Amino acid sequence: MATLMSGAKILLECLVREGVDCIFGYPGGVTLPLYDAMYENPIRHVLVRHEQNACFAAEGYARSTGRVGVCCATSGPGATNLVTGLVDALMDSIPVVAITGQVSTGLIGSDAFQEADTFGITRSCTKHNYLVKNIGDLPQVIHEAFHIASSGRPGPVLVDIPKDIFQGQAHYVPVSSIHLPGYKVFTEGHTGQIRRAAQMIWQAERPFVYAGGGIVASGASAELREFVELIDAPAVNTLMGLGALPADHPNFISMPGMHGSYAANMGMSGSDLLIALGVRFDDRVTGRLAAFAPHAKVIHVDIDPSEIGKNRAADLPIVGDCKRVIARLNKVLTETAPAEAGRNSEARRNWWRQIRQWKEEHPLTPAFSTTEIKPQHLMVEIDRISNGRAIVSADVGQHQMWAAQFIRFNEPRLWLNSGGLGSMGFGLPAAIGAAFANPDKIVFAVVGDGGFQMSIPELATMANYGLNVKVVVMNNGYLGMVRQWQSLFYNNRLCAVELEAFPDAAKLAGAYGFTGRTIESPADLVPALQEAIREPGPYLLNVRVSPNENVYPMVPAGAAINEMVLGPPKPVAVPK
Amino acid sequence: MLQVISLLVENKPGALMRITGVLSARGYNIESLTVARTLDPTLSRMTIVVDVDARLRTAVIKQMNKLLNVLQVSDLTDSPAVSRELVLLRIRTSQEARTAILKEAEIFGARVVDSSLEGFAIEATGDTEKMDEFINVMRSYGDIDVTRSGLVAVSLDPKKLRLSGPVPAGMAAEKLQLTDGVLNG
Repeated sequence: MATLMSGAKILLECLVREGVDCIFGYPGGVTLPLYDAMYENPIRHVLVRHEQNACFAAEGYARSTGRVGVCCATSGPGATNLVTGLVDALMDSIPVVAITGQVSTGLIGSDAFQEADTFGITRSCTKHNYLVKNIGDLPQVIHEAFHIASSGRPGPVLVDIPKDIFQGQAHYVPVSSIHLPGYKVFTEGHTGQIRRAAQMIWQAERPFVYAGGGIVASGASAELREFVELIDAPAVNTLMGLGALPADHPNFISMPGMHGSYAANMGMSGSDLLIALGVRFDDRVTGRLAAFAPHAKVIHVDIDPSEIGKNRAADLPIVGDCKRVIARLNKVLTETAPAEAGRNSEARRNWWRQIRQWKEEHPLTPAFSTTEIKPQHLMVEIDRISNGRAIVSADVGQHQMWAAQFIRFNEPRLWLNSGGLGSMGFGLPAAIGAAFANPDKIVFAVVGDGGFQMSIPELATMANYGLNVKVVVMNNGYLGMVRQWQSLFYNNRLCAVELEAFPDAAKLAGAYGFTGRTIESPADLVPALQEAIREPGPYLLNVRVSPNENVYPMVPAGAAINEMVLGPPKPVAVPK
Repeated sequence: MLQVISLLVENKPGALMRITGVLSARGYNIESLTVARTLDPTLSRMTIVVDVDARLRTAVIKQMNKLLNVLQVSDLTDSPAVSRELVLLRIRTSQEARTAILKEAEIFGARVVDSSLEGFAIEATGDTEKMDEFINVMRSYGDIDVTRSGLVAVSLDPKKLRLSGPVPAGMAAEKLQLTDGVLNG
């Protein structure tokens, strides 16, 4: 028997049916009826301090668990503030459902108070979006939104709901199935293509595995590991894929690309078969595309057909879910191994010898000093204390690259960062989202002094909920990555990159009621990190690092990835 | 080069915006776009003519195919298809030229739909080049106003329509873990 319910209650009922336990949001005029219904609903609402951070927190929740993150904002400015987070989730294929309030249906298009064309604005920021004009459509739309966000190539879905739909009454009939005839998802991969892939792999002399965020999204880590061991090939994880193959795995090389290791980039460039799994040949990985992996045939596995051949033509495309395709490929490889495995053993041995040589010639070497804290040193100590098991949410810039280089991740979903969009201000709110989803884990927000100042309002959220988030600010007094480019490519004409007037960390955190501390001596680094871990709840550690350090290796814009700059050309003179 | 794209789309608000968004986001200018309901009133057939870099033609088709409201996309540029345009043309002319205009209209298979002392309204259909020619010829007889429909096309090599079936609603979280639960096109 259908019960008469308000639209707001129907929405919450659907969220409960989707297993939602937590909404990151900020209320406003048109969402008042929704928040009134939340008053007596079991779903936890987390009040963030800015809507952009609601979306980043929902991403942190989703990235660290694989479940759909949910955020909520009011109409107009609330909705427009979500936009950066939505694009961020779209670029990194993160399942997020955003609920926005809209002015009542009768007022839409009248320039009403706090009205914005959210449906139009977010069309290109989402995988799909909805404007609900009829209360009867609401259950269907909500379940569709969750299905779309979480299946296929995941992504953000926005549902815009006018106030009168929240307030209206309807007989709620639970939706048992959804039908999206135009939503095409291919998971299994073509059997013939999978067989051909196995052949190509056995025939290759210098195979190389290039695995990315698609492995994490499909939960294919175990399959990837089995695959890498079956064919005993060197493997890299992209920035989005760190942890997909454990960092401690003997076949793991490092991250490739603009700030990837020498061995990773030389390996890609020298390979004769690139096995690309859940990656999109991003420009930060490939460098100059025309010179990327010039000797390699490419096997490209991706769930999104539009990624195949987008940047690099695939010699063997397989459209499917990484987990399913790699599992099926492993089966074929196991069957054919007795006849094929030893085929190129000589060449394979030489290939490994070459890879090891590259690793030894130019390993990723952290810098240390006895007088100042080198940023790499900071990352090495965070790595030591987290031992491949802590969640690390990074912001965007130099610290992000050093963290990716020096912090090991032995499991997927530990490394959270804004890979595709590169949104500064992501790290802290994403850590908040992750902390809600993983109350038993240590969560580091490793951020720069630039991005941190974009997220300062969320210190209140951390204090409010007593969250176990350890904020580590790698403070070099600069917008470091921009300064690095100005110093290397713009004759060191530094413009608008000095961040003066950074707040006193102890006073800042103290103002919110938790501990903050600034350190600048290398001797204080380990004790301070230990204190941060020991102390329950939030902690702010401001680490003054050497200001002029640059991230190396570096592939300059427009260069091929084997044309790396391995270290500073000359001492960089920056007045400070 | 000009690309001819035929789409079968759900007749829903925003569908047109999503499709043209694929083109406008890349800075492509649409030459013509026609859309109307099909036999099934919940679906529309759309024909788009657009100037796209030859190497990005496939990418554009794939991007459109990804849109949820799009059931099928075909690139008709090089595949067997019939395409036509409708031209409605009003011509103001002198009494002396009227017979000649009617003759010309007949050559183009055009039909007079209105006649007055000032001139005629004429409808013509044909492929784009033929319609260009028709308009050119008519222009030589007097002042004209022209409305063109844009190209409508039908493929002569119809692809099988592959649609996804229904899936259970609720608990997306569990579906995500269970990859097999994702519907398979």
